[in-house]
Amino acid sequence: MTVLGYLVDAVSLGALYALIAVSVGLVFGVLRQVNLAQGEVITFGAYSLWLMRTLPTWLAIVLCFGVCIAGSLVLQVAVFRPLRGASPLTTLIATFGVSYGLEALWLIVFGPSGNTVSMLTNLNDALVGGAVALRWITLVEIGAAVLLLGGLLLLLFRTSLGMRMRATAEDLRAARLVGVRIGRVVTWAFVLSGASAAVVAVLTTVQTPLVTPTFGLNLIIVALVGVVLGGMDHLGRATAGGFVVGFVNSLLGSVLPEQQLVFVTSLTFLFVVIVLVLRPAGLLAPRGANVERV
Amino acid sequence: MTRSRLRLAAELLGPLALVGVVALVAAHLSTSDQTDAINVLVTATIVVGLYVFIGNSGVISFGQISFAAVGAFAAGIYTTPVSTRQTTMPDLFGFLGRPVLTNLESLLLAAGLGALFALLVGLALMRLSGLAAGIATFAVLEITYNILANWEKIGPGPTTLASVPVTTGVGQATIGCAVAVVVAFAYQRSRSCRLLRASRADALAARGIGVSIVRHRLGAFVLSGAICGFAGALYVHSLGSINVTEVYLALTFSTLAMLVVGGSQSLWGATLGGILLGILSSFLTNAENGTTVFGLSFTLPNGLSSIIFAILFVGALMLFPRGLTRNREFLAKALGERPARVGVVLGSGGKPGDGSVTGDGSDGTPAAATTAHVTAVADPEP
Repeated sequence: MTVLGYLVDAVSLGALYALIAVSVGLVFGVLRQVNLAQGEVITFGAYSLWLMRTLPTWLAIVLCFGVCIAGSLVLQVAVFRPLRGASPLTTLIATFGVSYGLEALWLIVFGPSGNTVSMLTNLNDALVGGAVALRWITLVEIGAAVLLLGGLLLLLFRTSLGMRMRATAEDLRAARLVGVRIGRVVTWAFVLSGASAAVVAVLTTVQTPLVTPTFGLNLIIVALVGVVLGGMDHLGRATAGGFVVGFVNSLLGSVLPEQQLVFVTSLTFLFVVIVLVLRPAGLLAPRGANVERV
Repeated sequence: MTRSRLRLAAELLGPLALVGVVALVAAHLSTSDQTDAINVLVTATIVVGLYVFIGNSGVISFGQISFAAVGAFAAGIYTTPVSTRQTTMPDLFGFLGRPVLTNLESLLLAAGLGALFALLVGLALMRLSGLAAGIATFAVLEITYNILANWEKIGPGPTTLASVPVTTGVGQATIGCAVAVVVAFAYQRSRSCRLLRASRADALAARGIGVSIVRHRLGAFVLSGAICGFAGALYVHSLGSINVTEVYLALTFSTLAMLVVGGSQSLWGATLGGILLGILSSFLTNAENGTTVFGLSFTLPNGLSSIIFAILFVGALMLFPRGLTRNREFLAKALGERPARVGVVLGSGGKPGDGSVTGDGSDGTPAAATTAHVTAVADPEP
C-alpha cells in the first residue's frame, strides 16, 4: 500500500468514528448525559442485519434503521427517562450497566463466536487495485459520513427543529421557558442518534462482517475517547475528535510493527488521561471553557 | 453507654459480624462450597476498598480493579517457585525473577504496590470530578489491562499464571476481609475522611472553609488502592492462578454493582452488598455450569448472571439510589441517628437528597448553597 492508500483508509475510519461521535454527542448535547449503551444499539443493528440476511439487501438496511431508531428510543424511555434529573455520572454508570447486561444478552442469544453477515460483499472489492489498494467501501464510508454530517448541519442550522435542539443544548431551562417542548427535542435527538448508529452498523458490518457481542462496545469506547479529546460540550468538536481518533488509530495501525501495535490502546488512553487533566474541556475547546473540577 | 457510643460500636461490629457469619457458615461447608465462600469474602474486601474512595468522596472510579490486578500479579509472581517462573515466563525482568516471598509478605507487598500505584494515578487525577473522573479512571483500567495482557517482561501476558501457592483459606479470607473493614472504619472516623465527606456534600462550601479536597481525596484513593491490592493478593492466593481477564471489566462492573446495591455511602452498605451479591454471584456462576438445588438440577445459560447483575444495578440506581441500607450504618436509625440534612438542602443537581453514588455536589448551584454552607460541613454525628 502507498501513502495515499493509508491516508484514504485513515480518512474512512475517521469518518466512521465521527459518525459514532455524533451519535453520542447528539444525546449529550441536549441531555448532558453520556450514553455508553449507544454501542449496544449499533450491535443490535448489526445483529438485525444478520437476522434479516435472507431479505433483499435494501429492505434489510431499511429495517436496520428502524431497529436502531427503535432501540435508541427504548433506551430513552427505559433508562434515561427514569433517571431524569439524576447527575450525569449516575447515567454514565447506569448506561455502563445496561451495556454490560445487553452484551451478556447478545452472548446468550447469538453465541460467543460471532455471526457472519455477508451483505454487499462486492463493496470490499478493489476500486483501484495495485499499490494504492483502495476498496469501494472506503469511499462509501466517506461519502455516507459527508452526507450524514452535512444533513445534520442543515437540520441543526436551517430548520426549526434544529434551532430548538440547539436552544436546548445551550440551556435546557431557558429553552423550556420560551416554549420549546423539551420532550420532543430529546426524542428527536434519540431518533437521530439511532439513525447514525444504523449507518455505522451497516458500514461496519460490510467492512468487517463478523458480528460479535462486543461489536459495538469496542467502537463506542474509541469514539468516546474522541469525544472527550474534542470536547464533549460541543457537537462539532466532539465529531472532529471522533474523526481524529479514528484517523490516528488507522495510521498507527498501518505504520507500527505488530509488536508495538498492541500498546496503541495504552497510548490512546494515556493521551485521554493527559487531556482530561490538562485541558478537561477538550483539546479543541477554546481556553477558559468552563470545566468540572476541584 | 450513650447512644452515640452504641452507634459507633454498631458501625464497626455490624459489618464484622456479617463477615463472621459467612466465615462460620463456610467452616461447615464442603471443600468446593468453601471455595465459593472464600470468593465471597475476597470480593467483599474489594467492595470495601471501593467504598473507601467512591463512598467517602462521591467521585466515581472505574480504576480500582487496576490496583487489585497489580496486587494479584505481584503476589502471584513473587510466590511462585523460581524455576516455574523461569520456564513459564522466560522474558521476565530480573527483579521479578529472584526472591520467593512468604504468604504474608506477598499480601503486604500487594497492599503496598496497590497504594503506590494509586498514589501515582491519584496525583494526576484527583482534581477531576463527575464525568471526567469516570472516563479518566476507566482509561486507567484500560491501560493497566492492556499492559498486563501484552507485556511479558512483567508477567504472564495473555496466558494464565498458574501454580501460585493456594494459601488463602476460609481463615485467611475472613481475617483479610475483617482487616479491610476495620481499616475502613478507622479511616471514616478520621478528620481527613470527615472533611472529604463534607466536600462530597458540597465541594464549593468545603473549599470555602479551606478544605484541601485534592489532598483528602488522594488519601482515600491511596488507602482504597492498598485495600484493593491486598484483596487482589487474597484473590490470587485463593485460586492458585490468575488471568488478566479476571481482573478487568467484569470484576469492575460486579463490584461496583455490589457497592451501589448495598448503599455506596456506608461501610455497612458496602459489606452487605459485597456479601449478599457475592453469594448471589457464586450461586449464579455455579448454576451456569449446572447445579442442583433441592434435588432439582438445572443449567442456566452462560451470561445470565451478568444480565441479572445489570438489572439489579440499573434498577438500584433508578429505584433506590441509596441502596439496601439507605446509606446508613448498621442500626444507625434504630439507635437514633437523625438523617443528615445536608443532602436535602443541596442535593447534587439531582433529586433532592437522593444521596446516590454520584453526590459529588460539583454541579450544585452556588446560589442555593450559600445558606447551607455552614450545615454542609457539619457531620451528622453528635
